[in-house]
Amino acid sequence: MTSWSTGWRLVLRLCLAVVVAVVFFFPICWLAAISLKSPEEIFAYPPVWIPETPNFSSYLTLFRDGDAWAVWNSLVTAGVSTVLAMVFGTLAAYAIVRYRTGGDHLAIWIISQRMIPPICVAFPIFLLYVSLGLIDTYVGLIVLYTAFNLPYVIWMMRGYIQDIPVDLEQSAMVDGLSRLAVIRKVVLPMVQGGFFATAVFTFIFAWNDFLFALILTRSEVVTYPVQVTGYFGSQSTFWSKIGAMSMLGVLPMMIVVGTMQRFIVRGMSMGAVKG
Amino acid sequence: MQSKSSALADNATVLRYALVAPAVFVILMIGLYPFIKLAATSVQDITMFGADRSFQGFKHYARLMEDDRLWEAIWHTTLFTVIALPIELVLGYLLALLFLHPLPFRRTLIAIILLPTVISPIVAGATWRLMLDQRFGPINQILGWIVGREVEILWTINPNFVWPAVLAAEVWQWTPFMFLILLAALSNVDSEQLEAAEIDGAGPWTVFRKIVLPAILPVVVIAVLIRGLDLVRVFDVIWTMTQGGPGTQTETISIYAYQMAFREFEISYSSAIAFFVILILTVLVIAALRRVEIAR
Repeated sequence: MTSWSTGWRLVLRLCLAVVVAVVFFFPICWLAAISLKSPEEIFAYPPVWIPETPNFSSYLTLFRDGDAWAVWNSLVTAGVSTVLAMVFGTLAAYAIVRYRTGGDHLAIWIISQRMIPPICVAFPIFLLYVSLGLIDTYVGLIVLYTAFNLPYVIWMMRGYIQDIPVDLEQSAMVDGLSRLAVIRKVVLPMVQGGFFATAVFTFIFAWNDFLFALILTRSEVVTYPVQVTGYFGSQSTFWSKIGAMSMLGVLPMMIVVGTMQRFIVRGMSMGAVKG
Repeated sequence: MQSKSSALADNATVLRYALVAPAVFVILMIGLYPFIKLAATSVQDITMFGADRSFQGFKHYARLMEDDRLWEAIWHTTLFTVIALPIELVLGYLLALLFLHPLPFRRTLIAIILLPTVISPIVAGATWRLMLDQRFGPINQILGWIVGREVEILWTINPNFVWPAVLAAEVWQWTPFMFLILLAALSNVDSEQLEAAEIDGAGPWTVFRKIVLPAILPVVVIAVLIRGLDLVRVFDVIWTMTQGGPGTQTETISIYAYQMAFREFEISYSSAIAFFVILILTVLVIAALRRVEIAR
């Protein structure tokens, strides 16, 4: 009797779970469908759900017209700023943990920087960039994304480094390794998983940024989120381009959730939840 | 007392400061320079038409108090936050309960549900705008099947429907975040305690109040704080869907501040707004953290 009812409950829960997953997945599928529809199918009434034959012309148009450069720009700015933030952030986190530089105040002060709404600092930074000639340059966006992600990296890496027993480092130093060698050969291998997860999140934050890219770019280093919003014109909306360009931005994220699930909870909760 | 690490002799004095140089850079670039610049410009008079850099007193701050559009934006932001946050929390909790115990395809289903949370809010907004299109979107079509006649709701244009529209996109994108965090918190609740309570004949509400809630509360507080701060500065998703429209119906603080600074070029006034917003947020966060500490 009990096993019979638990069996049915399992089936019921599975059905519910599948329905929920479908609801959350549907908008992404709709986006993917738009990117693969022919113009007639996009503007069919009533709406056509599944394109008869996948039509890749939206993607080809993006590459032919050079719009796809926006994805490359996103890749460069997010990629380079992630590397910089990880290197500098890990070193700073190490100093904060092991040398207790600045005590707890520095660490808390740094994380509090993440709470400032970007729009509040956007204009001063815009003025600074105008006077430095950094508007619409790779360097400009990379520096900004590095600065904005450093608090997150320092905070996360601080948590991971705190978990390493200090004895290990001590014995390595007795063996004659310098501090920097200890960081490279002892600390880094031990925080590998956390380091990698933090890097992925840093990349996501930069990859998804819209406000700063909107304000600090004009034409040369426009990133993909700015490009997507550009297709919503006041006269017409370029549906197929929105679909295709958005999908180019979403595909890397599909790989992330597919492969990194166990790191996501800690990464997104600022280390508060150890999943 | 000498700490363990400083007992190791090396060039610590140089290194301990050299290593935090990047942190200092952050402090200067986003933590200090903008504040000084904001403070300075907010008491000058800089607009599209000219720049008067002499001290003008606090007239821009006085203007804040009488700016109906600003207070409306604050009201919209508050409303958006206090509606979206509980919905995300409750839905996230229910989803977490659904996935708490073993289930076939559990990992795959969780991965699918998580996807909205890691995509760009711009893409989320764009997707929902296309889905809510009055003719070519599937939402009106599905509603039409339910009510049995054609539905042509102008979701992002009709003032009565624009809030549900942006809330749908917001809740769709961030419920998975709450779900994931609550799932992790619930998996850490002591199962022996739960069994003991069940044997004692405690009802589900008592179990929730006496055992589950105290166990997950610290995590819930952090999740609410992170999401709350995100909601208060919401920009991207609303910008993509409505640009704050129709009129100023969905204008939030961030959108209003953007319009003032980058469309109207009211530089001094927008600096005063930015300073004011940072002040409110700082007070709110400190108050929230105090409460959390007291609750502990």
